[in-house]
Parts: sequence; C-alpha cells; structure tokens
Amino acid sequence: MATYNVHVTIENKPGISDPEGETILNDLVLKGTHKTVSKIKTAKMLKFTIKEKDKKTAESKIKEICDDLRIYNPMVSKVTIDVFDA
Amino acid sequence: MKVGVVVFPGSNCDRDMYHVLTDVFNLDAQYYWHEKSLPKNIDAVILPGGFSYGDRLRAGVIAAHSPIIKDVQKMAKKGIPVLGVCNGFQILVESGLLPGVLLKNESLNFMCEWTNLIVENNKTPFTNQFKLNQKIPIPIANGEGRYYVDDKTLKELKKKNQIVFRYDEVVNGSSNRIAGVCNEDGNVVGMMPHPERAVESEINPIDNKPSSLIFESLLSKMGVSN
Repeated sequence: MATYNVHVTIENKPGISDPEGETILNDLVLKGTHKTVSKIKTAKMLKFTIKEKDKKTAESKIKEICDDLRIYNPMVSKVTIDVFDA
Repeated sequence: MKVGVVVFPGSNCDRDMYHVLTDVFNLDAQYYWHEKSLPKNIDAVILPGGFSYGDRLRAGVIAAHSPIIKDVQKMAKKGIPVLGVCNGFQILVESGLLPGVLLKNESLNFMCEWTNLIVENNKTPFTNQFKLNQKIPIPIANGEGRYYVDDKTLKELKKKNQIVFRYDEVVNGSSNRIAGVCNEDGNVVGMMPHPERAVESEINPIDNKPSSLIFESLLSKMGVSN
C-alpha cells in the first residue's frame, strides 16, 4: 500500500454561470493593467490523502467517493481528479 | 394531526416553524433530531431553514446523508406531505427528493428581503387553498437560493406541473424565476422563501393571509379545521 495525495477540483460545467469568477475578472484583473486575461473560473479543491495499492486504484476510489456521496452536483458541476505520490 | 419538524445541526428556523405549527395552527408538532428515525404515524414532515453543517461543501449536501433522510424518503414515497423551506429545500434537492439544484445567488449576496411569489400549482398539500396565480408577499433569506435546472428538466417540470411558486420579478437569477417546486406526485414541496416568518400580522407588514394559506392547505389536506 502506498500513500497518495489526490486533488479533487470541483467547478461549474460550461454554460453554468460563475458570477464570482466574472467579478474577479471584470472588477479586479481587467481594471488593472492585466488586459491579456480573457477568463477566470472559480473552483473548489478538496485534497484527499489516501492509502491504496496503486495510483489507478487511488483515482478510482476517489471517483467512487465523489459520485456516491455527491461531493459534486452532477447537474451543474464537473470534477477533475489529479493523483500525486505523497 | 402529527407534524414532524426535522432538526439538523445548524438548523435555525426549526423553532419558528414549531411555533407557527403549534401556536398559530394548533397542530401537534414534534422535533426530530436528524440522527433519529421518524415514527410511522406521522402525518406530515417539515425540513426547516438554517445552515445545516454550516453549508460546508454545499448547502444541504451533508444533511442529505443524515439517517433521518431515509425515513423522509420512505414517507415521501407513501404520499405523506413533506415541505422543505430554504435549507430544507436545499436538503430535499440534494437528497434526490426534488429535481434541480440551488446555486449561489447571482449577486453573490446573502439576500434578506420581501419578495412576491406567484402560485403556479394549487394542487399540492401546501397550496390547495390558493387561487392559481395568487400573489404571496413573503421574505427570503438565503445566500444559495438560485434554483437551477437544465432546459430539458425545465421542460419536464412544466409538463408535469412541478413548478409550484415563481418570483413575480427577477430576484436572484433562478431558472424561469422558480422559487419552489414539487415532486411528480406533488406531495413533496420545496421553497426558498420562509412562510413561517410571514403568517402572523405582527411580523408581516404587507399581508399575512396568503402565507397562512400554505399551512391552511395542509390542514385542509388532512381534513383538520383550524
């Protein structure tokens, strides 16, 4: 068994408005001198630490947890799962 | 008539709801802690507002996994009236009893103000005393009250008459200005505004009668006279 750090990023699906990201873009970044930025999306990240036999199992286990416990709402959100050696 | 008021860690409208049920409508109400089960002889269940689990992860999602929710689901299936108000609505959505999802208000603000609802479905146990399109002055108090459904689900909701309340004007960016919905059978209703804060003339500066009809509808459904 090895220990893995797993980052779960939850963000709105395309087409679901993200007023926080839009505010950061329009009222902070673009009001300064950083005119090359075209989009900002906010997201929530959960950092799991998990013991599993390999990276693949760690990823599928975390995916199962996210789906079973509705860690993200599938109607409006998507998750990205990144696994790292601890 | 026995009404259960479910209490989660972080519920804060449970006592207002209990007061209205018992002192205003003379109902036999009981609190039920979320880790307990509901008795079989209960006639209606209310999930009150608040901030269960401090809205951690997402409003309502952690409470939706509480042990009592299994009983609420069983009762909902049997046709027993279930009402979720504000956080209670969020819990009903997250537990799969109602469609859709509640997102942060478009303004990102916590909104605490009076709104006007329009009754779109007067066939539910909580709206049977209303006329269609009747207006209800009622307060909202939420940060995550923007009801969202995709276009396909919205069509289904319209077809199956599951939209119960709509805001009279754009309030928070909700899909189709939806403020409350019901399940396909109509016995489970969720709404973001707070009827328990609007049924008494002492605390309602506009008109307390329309909000009272929400509870009078339940009484009528149960064949109880107030």
